[in-house]
Amino acid sequence: MSSTAVPGPVGRPRGRRLSAIFRRQGWQALLFIGPALLLLLVLIVYPTIRTVIYSFGNTNSRLEIVKWIGFDNYTRMFTRDKSFLNLEDFPPTGALVNNVKWMILYTSLSLLLGLLIAVLAARVRYEALMKSIVFVPMAIAATAVAIIWKFVYEPDPSLGSLNAFITSFGADPIAWYGRADTVNYALIFAYVWASTGFAMVVLSAALKGISEEVIEAARTDGASEWGIFRRIQLPLLSLPIAVVTVWLLVNVIKVFDLIYVMTGGGPGGSSEVIAVTMVDEFGNGEGGYAAAIAVVMMLLIIPIMAFNIRRFRSERVTG
Amino acid sequence: MAVAQATVRPRETPSARILGFISRTPVHLGLLIVAVIWLVPTVGLAVTSFRPRGDIQASSWWSSLTEWSFTLHNYREVLNTANMDSAFVNSIMITVPSTLLPLALAAAAAYAFSWISFPFRDTIFLLIVALMVVPVQMALVPLLIIFRDLGIANWFGGIWLAHTAFGLPLGIFLLRNFFITLPRDLIEAARVDGASNLRIFLKVVLPLSVPALASFGIFQFLWVWNDLLMAFIFIQNGDLLPMTVRINQMQTTYGGEWHLLSAGAFLLMIVPLAVFFALQRYFVQGLLAGSVK
Repeated sequence: MSSTAVPGPVGRPRGRRLSAIFRRQGWQALLFIGPALLLLLVLIVYPTIRTVIYSFGNTNSRLEIVKWIGFDNYTRMFTRDKSFLNLEDFPPTGALVNNVKWMILYTSLSLLLGLLIAVLAARVRYEALMKSIVFVPMAIAATAVAIIWKFVYEPDPSLGSLNAFITSFGADPIAWYGRADTVNYALIFAYVWASTGFAMVVLSAALKGISEEVIEAARTDGASEWGIFRRIQLPLLSLPIAVVTVWLLVNVIKVFDLIYVMTGGGPGGSSEVIAVTMVDEFGNGEGGYAAAIAVVMMLLIIPIMAFNIRRFRSERVTG
Repeated sequence: MAVAQATVRPRETPSARILGFISRTPVHLGLLIVAVIWLVPTVGLAVTSFRPRGDIQASSWWSSLTEWSFTLHNYREVLNTANMDSAFVNSIMITVPSTLLPLALAAAAAYAFSWISFPFRDTIFLLIVALMVVPVQMALVPLLIIFRDLGIANWFGGIWLAHTAFGLPLGIFLLRNFFITLPRDLIEAARVDGASNLRIFLKVVLPLSVPALASFGIFQFLWVWNDLLMAFIFIQNGDLLPMTVRINQMQTTYGGEWHLLSAGAFLLMIVPLAVFFALQRYFVQGLLAGSVK
């Protein structure tokens, strides 16, 4: 085998060589990618297509399609299913509305807290310890996070830390996850607590990548700490912030475990989100309707991920 | 960092140093509040998991810090009566193959995408990366039918395959990005010596890629260990349920039995925490690189 024909990572094989190289190596490539490709086709691509097909039908308990109903599952979702989307309430309610609430609050809070902690921790000697404390929840299961926070939110002030805290100021204890008006915020904050570490680690790594000399020069010129952050660090962080935002948004569209364990979508469906609704409908034997909900979920993820993948084609960032 | 360096600057006077400390007081205060918010929830549950059942109902967990009567009884009870011992074994049985399989298959595929030339190589690679947009929910119903038809719905086989498939796009993406950074001369030299692709993959590429393999391996391991949704759907046999599903069942059956729930939650956390503290560096690298999943 001549060494000039060795394919490289970036350079594509030049046109005329391609067939010769393929004869020598193509079948070997198939051995290497074959198993992965087979699993991806059988277990992701084919089921995805099947799910799209299912979404146009009604299924029986054995998950076989018994009737084709066109787009009815979709119209049902957006017009007739009050637990998915209820525009008659003001403000609107339902799983989709809750997901939007999650997307806005969870994403911005995780990002802001992550940035704040990264910036503050960089100014003290115990930075590594602080970052570990905030990062640890990233490693633990959302199921465990749900149990941890359910205990924090316990209505009885001698059990729940939060109610113990507020009652010490004379306030009445609040059933944080048992009330329709507080349950979503209680859940969102618990998940922010679990995810802030991710935002913090990525943004902290990016902050460290900013040249010390630039910051020193600005400081010598009399720039304030806030000015340095606002005019130098923040603009250079825009790309990692975009990465984190995409990750958080995709994560929150898929959010399931935490809500399922902590409230199961309750009380009275007030904390339902798309992923929980999908599993509930699936459990009710509504295979076609559950499939349609999954399709909507993917349609929400695609534009966000497309942004991310396009970026990865052009450049590699962070880390 | 910048400020930390500023404090050791020699021309700084003592008064400037005091001023610096005072001006940083808000920073310390802010970080103190952050530390309290991030520690209290976990510590509260941890303390509770070691308190006798009667005490938990009689007094708050923070008052127990002065009383000091702790026990391991809750852990014994949750392991024996709530079947958390078999659930722990099931979690391991699910997680180990669901980590090793995608690791092996992703590494092999990533090698071909990096160092073997074949038609449509980059297109196929991009299509695989694009599969990351597919949420698990998209495959639940059809996969359940496939596993039922294959007769593996009552066994670990189905969930191994599902986790493997959904781990592959990220794994191939991460490993390929690492493999292409290996020195080209090394691979060429091996080729000149007549080494086969399999040999180059096993003897040259894999040994040089341990950090990347570890990052993806840890990421996938924690992903599978912590997963509730897929285990909930794909494991139909009640004897094979992992800890996540069992804890969810427990809190429906034993509602306010905090002595069991807290101990169960901590058993679930032990393995990820051990992985985290032992391999923090690889874990953080994996998360930084894997921020697309």
